[in-house]
Amino acid sequence: MKTDRRSIGWNGLKRGHHARPAEWLAEKAIFLISLSAIIMVFLIFLFVAREALPVVLGKTDSSLNQRTISPDQLGQMSKVEIMEYLELKPKEFARLDQEALKELMQVKKEAAAEAPPDKDARLNTTTWRNMVKPHQWTGYDQPEYIWQPVSQIHKYNLVPLIIGSLKTTLIALLFSVPLALGAAIYVSQLANPKTKEWLKPAIEMLAGVPSVVLGFFALLVMATVLQNILGTASRLNAVVAGLALSLAVIPLVFSIAEDALTSVPRTYTQAALALGSSRWQAAWKIVLPAAIPGVFAAVVLGFGRAIGETMVVLLASGNASIVSWNLFDSTRTMTASIAAELAETVFGGTHYRILFLIGASLFLVTFLSNMVADVIIHRLKARLEGKA
Amino acid sequence: MPVHTPISSPPLATPLRHPRRGKQQTMPWSFQSTNLSLDSKFFTGLTGLATTLILALLAVMLGNIFFHGLPGLSWRFITTGTGPDTDMFEVGKAGVLPMIVGTAARVILMTIFVIPVGVITAIYLTEYANATSLLTRIIRGAVNNLAGVPSIVFGLFGLGFFINFVGGSMDALFRPGAAESLWGKPAILWASLTLAVMTLPVVIVATEESLRAIPPGLREASLALGATKLETILRIVLPQALPGILTGGILAVSRAAGEVAPILFTGAAYSMATLPEHLTDQFMDLGYHVFILSTQSPNIEKTRPILYATVLVLLLLTFTLNIVAILVRARMRRKMRLLH
Repeated sequence: MKTDRRSIGWNGLKRGHHARPAEWLAEKAIFLISLSAIIMVFLIFLFVAREALPVVLGKTDSSLNQRTISPDQLGQMSKVEIMEYLELKPKEFARLDQEALKELMQVKKEAAAEAPPDKDARLNTTTWRNMVKPHQWTGYDQPEYIWQPVSQIHKYNLVPLIIGSLKTTLIALLFSVPLALGAAIYVSQLANPKTKEWLKPAIEMLAGVPSVVLGFFALLVMATVLQNILGTASRLNAVVAGLALSLAVIPLVFSIAEDALTSVPRTYTQAALALGSSRWQAAWKIVLPAAIPGVFAAVVLGFGRAIGETMVVLLASGNASIVSWNLFDSTRTMTASIAAELAETVFGGTHYRILFLIGASLFLVTFLSNMVADVIIHRLKARLEGKA
Repeated sequence: MPVHTPISSPPLATPLRHPRRGKQQTMPWSFQSTNLSLDSKFFTGLTGLATTLILALLAVMLGNIFFHGLPGLSWRFITTGTGPDTDMFEVGKAGVLPMIVGTAARVILMTIFVIPVGVITAIYLTEYANATSLLTRIIRGAVNNLAGVPSIVFGLFGLGFFINFVGGSMDALFRPGAAESLWGKPAILWASLTLAVMTLPVVIVATEESLRAIPPGLREASLALGATKLETILRIVLPQALPGILTGGILAVSRAAGEVAPILFTGAAYSMATLPEHLTDQFMDLGYHVFILSTQSPNIEKTRPILYATVLVLLLLTFTLNIVAILVRARMRRKMRLLH
């Protein structure tokens, strides 16, 4: 019998996985389980994108004057075909008998015959062109971007939602970045150590407030207060949502910026102070420039958090899908659309798939911002540790 | 060959230039402004003001919620449910027991899934992995990425993967031909699994921190006495890291308890007559209930006391957990400082 020479050690004692097979197996298992984070990120993208794939490939058709099938042909169709044709969920399909199915097919055929004869009804609104470019709808003066997924003709233009998301995110960043950065400089560089000890957890308490509570607070209190001060027409608007969002973004930006500032070696500050600079000058001219990539990473991550936040904007933004850059108009964001509409969509229908498409693009945006921030922070830490 | 700088050229003959702007600068030791301490004070005050403003916002919000929430909070409120005979919008009768039970059940289930995976990943990263290898970088990148995925995308993932794919396959496997799907529908199991994926980074990061805090001498002593690596990890390292693992678990629970977006499509129910009894049951949830009360109420002015009281219950739950986690972590850090 031939044995593996490598597994036989000194004096013929067994080595490696021959000596302790159970331990060897356990260590392999540890390795495999540690890959779970990678697998999960991969699965998230795979399964969100999978549902959106037909839209991306242009295989969906939402035009109303579609090919109809005569009810007599029911017997020749497979279960899947029938469900797809009638847009039924498996559960609903199971509840219906042959007669009911025939009835539904008849209804569908009649509906197709009754569809408005104008050009809009023939339009496939799920093509890329119709999702990103304005369309001249009948009755409108000019081409417009419209998100109206539950009207008779489903209008799936994504531009209003993208603008809505950008508007609220921008306001949130404009408000939260200066505040969080100021607080980070203060806590890490200027405050005395005793104050710092309770200041940091106190600000991080904000991270422990659930986003639905922030949304609730914006809806009930902040909206009213802001309307009384500014006298805006719509009580819920992008500014209210953005301000509430900034409460969610502040603790994230604060803790990452604070971390970056603290990781600058103390010798930098000491050298500056020894040369006669004040604490503020040392913080502003020496420590902050050294940590600036970390601050940038904090802002990038804050952007990812703001654009992906759901419950705050769902409650506080007003949810009207209007294209306007006016900050005091009611807005609908990408995340809020998914949260509000998915429950009402037909499983596997075009609306359902387009909401998944929005989800997949949100994933990509945050994935990119996370990657950028990750690389920046890694380089910064390596550089500072190399110099220290 | 070493290059010698000639002594004749003095190093400060050229004026100091700002590294980026290239503008000529005065010497750092010549005071350029006499009111140096004044603007230093001004900017210190400004950053201090930013800090104060954040804390003030937090205080106003918490104060408002406590002030309006406390009157509605009573023993009856947290121990009665909204059964078939009570309306969930009726002040004085509606309670939040089913929501508390539902939230607690889903986070406990989540802990069962997330703690083992998170702890094992952290063990691999600190004890086995080569810190500079590409694979370690990728795992860390994936962990950071997972922490940044929007919560609504987790909801979509739960629906697309757990319910449609896993649940659908389980139905096809175990109950072929059954009219009603048992697994392929929103349920507490799928909500917990979705939340477990979401909170995985929290557990990994906290556990890793506590593993790194353990002095290497302890490991070396154990190895020197003849224990294998795995024995060292199981008997020496893990018991020491327990407070850190606990912190991670608590932080994960507190994060998950308040999340609503991931459970919107994966298990939360608008209203249920009974408490969840089986893994495939749906459940009522505190955070989702806050959302319902804020948006679906027939009369927001009248139902305000219930809404505020529900928010207060949710906040008390997450804050208690957070504070416990902070205390455990502070104790752990003090202990570790002594050990080092």
